[in-house]
Amino acid sequence: MTKLQKKSVILCAALSAAFAAAPVSNAMHIMEGYLPLQFCIAWGAVCVPFLVMGFFSIRNKLKENQRNITILAMSGAFIFVISSLKIPSVTGSCSHMTGTGLGAILFGPGAVSILGVIVLVFQAVLLAHGGLTTLGANTFSMAVAGPFLSYGIYKLCKKCRVNRRASVFLAAALGDLFTYCVTSIQLAVAYPSQQGGILASAGKFLAVFAPTQIPLAVIEGFLTMIIMITLENYAQSELKNVGYLEN
Amino acid sequence: MKRSDKKIITIVLAIVLLLIIVPLFALKGAEFGGSDDAGSQEIEAIAGEYEPWFTPVLEQLIGGELPGEVESLIFCVQTGIGVGIIAFLMGRLVERKKWEQLEK
Repeated sequence: MTKLQKKSVILCAALSAAFAAAPVSNAMHIMEGYLPLQFCIAWGAVCVPFLVMGFFSIRNKLKENQRNITILAMSGAFIFVISSLKIPSVTGSCSHMTGTGLGAILFGPGAVSILGVIVLVFQAVLLAHGGLTTLGANTFSMAVAGPFLSYGIYKLCKKCRVNRRASVFLAAALGDLFTYCVTSIQLAVAYPSQQGGILASAGKFLAVFAPTQIPLAVIEGFLTMIIMITLENYAQSELKNVGYLEN
Repeated sequence: MKRSDKKIITIVLAIVLLLIIVPLFALKGAEFGGSDDAGSQEIEAIAGEYEPWFTPVLEQLIGGELPGEVESLIFCVQTGIGVGIIAFLMGRLVERKKWEQLEK
């Protein structure tokens, strides 16, 4: 990143911290209208620096090499496909995956926040799934928190010399699961239960989301691994460009 | 593609299919509603009757809930856009590798 870009990211971070500090709060897709206004604004503000960082990160990656756009488009399309599939789970209810792990491993978490927000807006406007008022909160859980954890886990596995494919699996699966944990916490902060407060409430929301999501997280991990294996075979030069494979 | 890679992909795909199909058959009669809805029920359990303070833009425009069939249409469009992009790019990459190997 250039100096100017760094400066603007820091500036946005400061601004959003100021916004978010007022209601100190922390909400997978929270439905339209189900989050009180101050929480909507706070979560939206928290996401802004990440989106700005993501914008510059994508621009720099493309400036480095125009051909990076192939796998960037592929990671975006992967999120599109994966998050449109509602899958039946062991608990008897359906949920869908996030698909953000692939982009986070290849391009870093910043770039994915932009890709994720595109999908969330599409679903909020056309599908009444998620929502415009809860966009900030949903962006934070799906396009910021999840990818950051995926990226961190992938880097950690790389350092510990874990098998590359196993680490792709772990990063994608845990990132998916983490997205839902963050959602539970976001809902709990907005709706603390009368007995036991936020923690008890978070436990309740987790109990709704987690058992449904665990098998789906495993599926997401596997699907991400399949895409990665295919790319390793057919897009070696692109993967070397973004630093996934060594030169 | 390497033969070992093909093997991994086949096995993993089989596991994925099982993970999706087994619950459907194991839990006969389950509703398979969305877990997002389960989330809003939980909100009502905690906060009492809750009136969402904002209705989705589209639902406001058409003055009612989005019909189920139309919803599945739009979900399909979303899947279609994604699959289209992936298939187009994958096709190019596979073809490119073929040409590279021919040139060698």
